[in-house]
Amino acid sequence: MKVLVAVKRVIDYNVKVRVKPDNTGVDLANVKMAMNPFCEIAVEEAVRLKEKGVASEIVVVTIGPKAAQEQIRTALALGADRGIHIESDEEVQSLEAAKLLKAVVEKEEPKLVILGKQSIDSDNNQTGQMLAALTGMGQGTFASEVVVDGEKVQVTREIDGGLMTVGLKLPAVVTTDLRLNEPRYASLPNIMKAKKKPLDTMSPADLGVEVSPRLTTLKVEAPASRQAGIKVGDVAELVDKLKNEAKVI
Amino acid sequence: MSILVIADHDNSSLKQSTLNVVAAAKAIGGDIDILVAGENCGSVGEAAAKAEGVNKVLVADNAAYGHTLAENLSELVAEVGKGYGHILASAGTTGKDFMPRVAALLDVAQVSDIMRVESEDTFVRPIYAGNAIATVKASDSIKVVTVRPTAFDPVAAEGGAASVEALDIVKDSGLSEFVSEELAKSDRPDLSSADIVISGGRGMQNGDNFKMLESVADQLGAAIGASRAAVDAGFVPNDMQVGQTGKIVAPQLYIAVGISGAIQHLAGMGDSKVIAAINKDEEAPIFQVADYGLVADLFEAVPELEAELKKVL
Repeated sequence: MKVLVAVKRVIDYNVKVRVKPDNTGVDLANVKMAMNPFCEIAVEEAVRLKEKGVASEIVVVTIGPKAAQEQIRTALALGADRGIHIESDEEVQSLEAAKLLKAVVEKEEPKLVILGKQSIDSDNNQTGQMLAALTGMGQGTFASEVVVDGEKVQVTREIDGGLMTVGLKLPAVVTTDLRLNEPRYASLPNIMKAKKKPLDTMSPADLGVEVSPRLTTLKVEAPASRQAGIKVGDVAELVDKLKNEAKVI
Repeated sequence: MSILVIADHDNSSLKQSTLNVVAAAKAIGGDIDILVAGENCGSVGEAAAKAEGVNKVLVADNAAYGHTLAENLSELVAEVGKGYGHILASAGTTGKDFMPRVAALLDVAQVSDIMRVESEDTFVRPIYAGNAIATVKASDSIKVVTVRPTAFDPVAAEGGAASVEALDIVKDSGLSEFVSEELAKSDRPDLSSADIVISGGRGMQNGDNFKMLESVADQLGAAIGASRAAVDAGFVPNDMQVGQTGKIVAPQLYIAVGISGAIQHLAGMGDSKVIAAINKDEEAPIFQVADYGLVADLFEAVPELEAELKKVL
């Protein structure tokens, strides 16, 4: 079966985020970018499904500026077979991303679509669910285990009180949580091979989707910073401060 | 325009997060209705009707809604919600699961995890793991919004007298089915709403050592949390994780034990009223946000803490 994986280019998770002085956003100039960590887990899961003989082809798709091709090449080096780049220099919000991905789903007809549960920049946690709704598919969000069985997939989900397992008809959408797997590193030969794998580029207009943001960011500010307090000498002093100064115990 | 709040519940009792979401709805302003979708959930409907400031409670009681399957729930909410100006739910794992589906079915954007209401169409929310705070204006006619419960003080659970109406709408998509559930059983308070939280990190070294935190938690009536490092290392289950991608907590007192304080962890507990930290590394970033820091070996400090609390409590 064919698996479609959607990935996003985001600020590298080790980079310290700085708000721009004019409060219009976050400073991304000359900042290291990388594949969103949850998307790496999505690629890894698809590659494992292929290694198990469940998946026959892995198509990886991204939406973003020209530079986002780097993230497609990374996914190809990890084991994806071909890439689709929907090129857009504009900000693409979750609903528009889901509409673009829906157009790709209609063309590619994958049995399974795997996405990260959220991107670490906008922290929205929306696109996978929206894609599932727009395509009329079932969804297994925040997955910690994915088992494909014939025309069904069982997804174990991380929920607030523990774990929940759902059964979904294929085709279906899965979004990954942290503990689904531990992504591998790409080897140098695979990075070289990835450069020769096919990559199609298209525009949102080619897919018949108009990108029109519904949300306007009015301003972006740094969070109220917390000041470091005091160091206490021992446990007795700590308990005394908590009880008599902070009055929280 | 009126506001529809989707209740958070387990079919027998209403979760407190629903009262936090009603508080967010009050901040927006307008008539507030609550939708309770579940199976054999009549008692939840009655509890919701007592919440302060609620106009009407709609109860959709059907097996299709028993396990909060997003495919069924979203179709119900989209149909009922069409007539409202806002649809609000708690940003727990249930709300995060079905609400974006509702938004897509209604062809509107969603505003996730709001911390503050500026006006009926403008909301404040964290981005980049809380390292930046965005003010966002939504232009759609229906605003689909998930609410960070800890950012709003709950309305009173008692005193209201809303009418309760049964809804006969059954949406069973047939796309998904419930298979099983493994819920952690605990007599301790719920991590997301506890007044005191004590969390362990990689410094705990193994799962057995978390028992030390349990005795302290029992004395304080605290919930127990963990850093991602402790969860990834397999010390404790995932539902204990506090952080950007785990639970967001804002207790009166947060005690961090053997936690270095990565930004992703701080994103989940930085709004706590008082933070105390025990760590043997005095350079640990957790000390930059802690009100009270103790540089000590946790294996000595935690038993001492237990003994000291015994004296004063």
